[in-house]
Amino acid sequence: MFRTWRQKITMTDIMVWIIGLSIAVVVIWGTISTLQSGKYSAASWFDLVIKGLALGGVYALIAMGYTLVYGILRMINFAHSEVFMSGPFTAVFLANALQSNGFLSRQPLLGMLAITLLSMAVSMSVAILVERVAYRPLRNAPRLVPLITAIGASFFLQYTFRGFYGSGFEAYPTIEALNGYWRIGAIPLFKTQAVVIIAAVVMMFLLYAIVMWSKLGKAMRAVSEDKEAAALMGIDVDAIIVFTFALGGAAAGAGGILYILQFPVVHFYMGFIPGLKAFTAAVLGGIGNVPGAFLGAMVLGLLESVGPNLFLDGLGIPVASQLKDAIAFIILVFILIFRPSGILGERLSQTKV
Amino acid sequence: MDNILVSKKVTKRFGGLEALGKVDLELKKGAIQSIIGPNGAGKTTFFNCVTGFYTPEEGEILFNGRNITGMSPDRVTHLGISRTYQNIRLFKNMTAIENILVGMHPHLKSWLIGAIIRDPRTVHEEAEALKEAYRLLEYVGLKGRGDMLAKNLPYGEQRRLEIARALASRPKLLLLDEPTAGMNPSETQDMVHFIQRLRDELGITILIIEHQMRVVMSISEKITVLDFGRKIAEGTAKEIQTNPTVIEAYLGRGAASGLGETAAKG
Amino acid sequence: MQNQYTDWKQALRSGLLGGAITVLLSLIGIVTAFSNTYIVNKVISFGELLIVGPIAALSLVAIQKARARHPGLLILTAIISGLTSGLVILALAGLGQVINLRAMFLNASNDLYAIYAYKQALVPGLLLRLLVSGLVGALVAGFTLLPGRIKAAISQGLLYVILVGLMGRLIGTVLNTWGFVAILFKWMFVANSLSPIGAIFLFLLTGGLAYWRYGRPKTKQITDPKKQKLVRWGTLGGFGLLLIFLPNILGMWFSEILDNVGLFILMGLGLNIVVGFAGLLDLGYVAFYAIGAYTIGVLTSPELGFFNLTFWQAFPIALIMAFLAGVLLGLPILKMRGDYLAIVTLGFGEIIRILVLSDWLKPWLGGTQGIQRIQRPVVGIGEFSITLQSQQQLYYLILAGIVLVAFVAVRLRDSRLGRTWMALREDEDVAVAMGINHVATKLTAFAMGALFSGIGGTLFAAKIGSIYPSSFQFLVSINILSLIIVGGMGSIPGVFVGALALMGLPELMREFAEYRYLFYGAALVAMMLTKPEGLWPEARHRLEFHEEETPPPEESEAVPESA
Repeated sequence: MFRTWRQKITMTDIMVWIIGLSIAVVVIWGTISTLQSGKYSAASWFDLVIKGLALGGVYALIAMGYTLVYGILRMINFAHSEVFMSGPFTAVFLANALQSNGFLSRQPLLGMLAITLLSMAVSMSVAILVERVAYRPLRNAPRLVPLITAIGASFFLQYTFRGFYGSGFEAYPTIEALNGYWRIGAIPLFKTQAVVIIAAVVMMFLLYAIVMWSKLGKAMRAVSEDKEAAALMGIDVDAIIVFTFALGGAAAGAGGILYILQFPVVHFYMGFIPGLKAFTAAVLGGIGNVPGAFLGAMVLGLLESVGPNLFLDGLGIPVASQLKDAIAFIILVFILIFRPSGILGERLSQTKV
Repeated sequence: MDNILVSKKVTKRFGGLEALGKVDLELKKGAIQSIIGPNGAGKTTFFNCVTGFYTPEEGEILFNGRNITGMSPDRVTHLGISRTYQNIRLFKNMTAIENILVGMHPHLKSWLIGAIIRDPRTVHEEAEALKEAYRLLEYVGLKGRGDMLAKNLPYGEQRRLEIARALASRPKLLLLDEPTAGMNPSETQDMVHFIQRLRDELGITILIIEHQMRVVMSISEKITVLDFGRKIAEGTAKEIQTNPTVIEAYLGRGAASGLGETAAKG
Repeated sequence: MQNQYTDWKQALRSGLLGGAITVLLSLIGIVTAFSNTYIVNKVISFGELLIVGPIAALSLVAIQKARARHPGLLILTAIISGLTSGLVILALAGLGQVINLRAMFLNASNDLYAIYAYKQALVPGLLLRLLVSGLVGALVAGFTLLPGRIKAAISQGLLYVILVGLMGRLIGTVLNTWGFVAILFKWMFVANSLSPIGAIFLFLLTGGLAYWRYGRPKTKQITDPKKQKLVRWGTLGGFGLLLIFLPNILGMWFSEILDNVGLFILMGLGLNIVVGFAGLLDLGYVAFYAIGAYTIGVLTSPELGFFNLTFWQAFPIALIMAFLAGVLLGLPILKMRGDYLAIVTLGFGEIIRILVLSDWLKPWLGGTQGIQRIQRPVVGIGEFSITLQSQQQLYYLILAGIVLVAFVAVRLRDSRLGRTWMALREDEDVAVAMGINHVATKLTAFAMGALFSGIGGTLFAAKIGSIYPSSFQFLVSINILSLIIVGGMGSIPGVFVGALALMGLPELMREFAEYRYLFYGAALVAMMLTKPEGLWPEARHRLEFHEEETPPPEESEAVPESA
């Protein structure tokens, strides 16, 4: 038994483990010294956790697009970050119009609903369009080809929307109903964050229900298992793929509105980082796996929000929050090295593509 | 030490499915042996275990007395095991000669620096390699096809090229996965002679997976029968032909396998 | 009857699509931006071409898809398609009159509608537009009915007029510096575009040439190997001389562009090894570029004052750093599948950028303020040494770098290592079964790419003299990737072509620079859909030591290599 072990271990593994261990040491050391310094109160930790969960909710909704498409086509829809961007970047004009005629303050719920629906519709249309133009003709091409097309589509979309709406920032109006906070004992809970978390959980559950229990969802899973067999059973594979893109796009559009509730400024480049993070979340949870995407997103949101203060602050790194994106990407690198199947994914580690 | 390959109780599982269950196999140096069995019996899985592509959960595989269980495929090849594939897997967009040159990888040395400065040793090595590659090409009867892209060769020639590529690594043990698949009777006959020539002229031990009973019976010195990942019989062609278990495994599902051959594959 | 019905539908659909594309281009703003970039002075602008082009293209599609064969019906189909497109454009203009589209779409302005209406009063102008759209369809249909020889002549002539017209500024500027040639060509160019007479002349010339050449055998191939060699070395030598004198010919402004293009060629050659040869999609290529540049910066800048080395002392260290970074990143991640690799390298590139930007490393790397006063390279010994400072001087440094890197790339491609990369790219499992250690092999490619990117970084630092984090964005990786894809993955000449097309054009046409990433994105998608092997694909190189003459067997058909 030992001999087989020895034959399997290579220089690479040793090096990877050394890097992994040293990062673990830094993290633990940083955590201990941060906690010892007592710089942050329990309330501020709570605040960070809620922030992280709210962020995680957004990532979860975007991650759905990656995970569903990957499940069916085994490709990374690189343009999904632009699918996410297109919704809120378009809906901002509706929001401002509703704000200026006072509708948003009179009927905040209806107004938000309209904005969200518009955002979802736009993101969905963009996702379907991308599939039709850029991916469908390449269904049987070598793996690298659709990936490159996806990158191209991503840039085309970014700069198309830049051309449409300009290269500047557009601000969403503040929704008065969501200003302020509730109190849980002594600890304040911001209304927006609470609403975002609840909405994200509800929407993720809805998506899960669609995938698991609806007829289309079942067909989707059949296609993801085996396209040919599904086609033989009379399932219109192309239609199911379009549906998958549409569902992922709608989720991203909804996620976009939850995102602007936290960061109420939109611009053409806004999709890039959240998209990459959501992809990380999808991989973290196990790509192709819906509950995995949710779990991965929440974990990532938490790590990103709490991480810089918890791990790095104690090491004396100034403005540690600047490094929050780096944390997310380091996590991505390390999951892919140590557990490419993610937290919940199992099936994919076995399939050799 | 006259067994070149020994497998002891090799077991490979995929999830809940046991693809190989405690398979014992001994292969004599210089022999031609076959593995037969219905579709999905685990024959190719066994090849994959020997070549290091899969790591068996249990059991040991010894090559010339050395434990190679779980060794990476490239190192197994360096030790002297080489194979072909059931569904020909050539480097399609490379020429025939390049395919063979890639097969020679284990006994060439030049690397980064040699490639850039092209020192005399590298130049010499490449020239020698090219010569040998052309010799191999001729040996398998593909003279003059060196500059054709592999994908443009006719089917039978692709099979031969794949064998040439496998021979290029100077193997001691050659694993052939259905070498006569898709061939007509006369082509099949040629292939059988060719395989025998390989053993007789080059002294390579050969293990074959084969479907056509006539081929198996005519060239194998020993036959191992797998069914559902288990060894159900072993012996000479005569013994196998009269073995009731084997007949049952084949005939019992004979009617079904005739119809469902393609569907059941997997 | 049924046939005609489907043709109608097809024509309508094509027309709608053509109109939609035009509207899309308008709303993005390209039409307006290029409305004053004339191809033929005061007659037809590039913006107008962007309106008419999609309409014409989709009419062509409608004709090709039509089942009817009668010429009259075909012309009718094309006219319907054209008119439909025109109606879509009219609809946008009309909508713009009713509601204020501009609140949302910046470019849905009155300027755009005026361009639609040929700067006439809106109603008659738009009717004219509709008429022209139908006419475009009719012309396209008429064109398809012509005999092949005339078709070839017309398309060739149009192509050259458009190309020369677009490059009018470049050609004009260069020509102006060459005294007598300038006088000769003055009548052809007016205000950086073709004059109507020039356009007609050019059209007749190139069209006539195509007409004459149509159906004739191509120029004779030289078969004598000795002569072939002579010709090859001759062209190479001539090309070399041209390259050496290029900065003097083109002048200051172009030298700067040349330098930029050169840097991208250099890095393209490196990334080509990774993506083209070994098939590893590396999206974090910019990270090594940054490492090269920052190492030079940190080691030489007196502002930070740690080391104060000279450029050439720091140079090898920078290369080692880039190479090591490649190895260190490559080791763990090269076992991954292709698409994961792409994302991880992307993430790595971002990590480097974030670190460089951070306040944490500011004392060492300068943070957002970057590093200034980087030492320029000094060439020569003692009294004969000069500091390379001007763009024209630096050109030679970059040129030397390109020559070196191209040489290495060619050597690697034709070696055992190159074969090994190709085998891995074709079928990884089988390659490993051939005894190839895939991690070591990929790592070599990855690290070589990193090294070349590092060289690019050092030269960039030397060229600019000060570096900022903003120079090392993800977009740089995309730039380089795009030029490789457009040129042809794995093709060394393709890198040059790609770099000239993608980096050179936007530099030359400032209006274009604004839309460069839009154009790159579209180019990536279009290339993958229509010509995945690139503009200048790798000719399957013959093996050099030919032993026997091999007549190609007859059953083989030349199948283009698919990427």
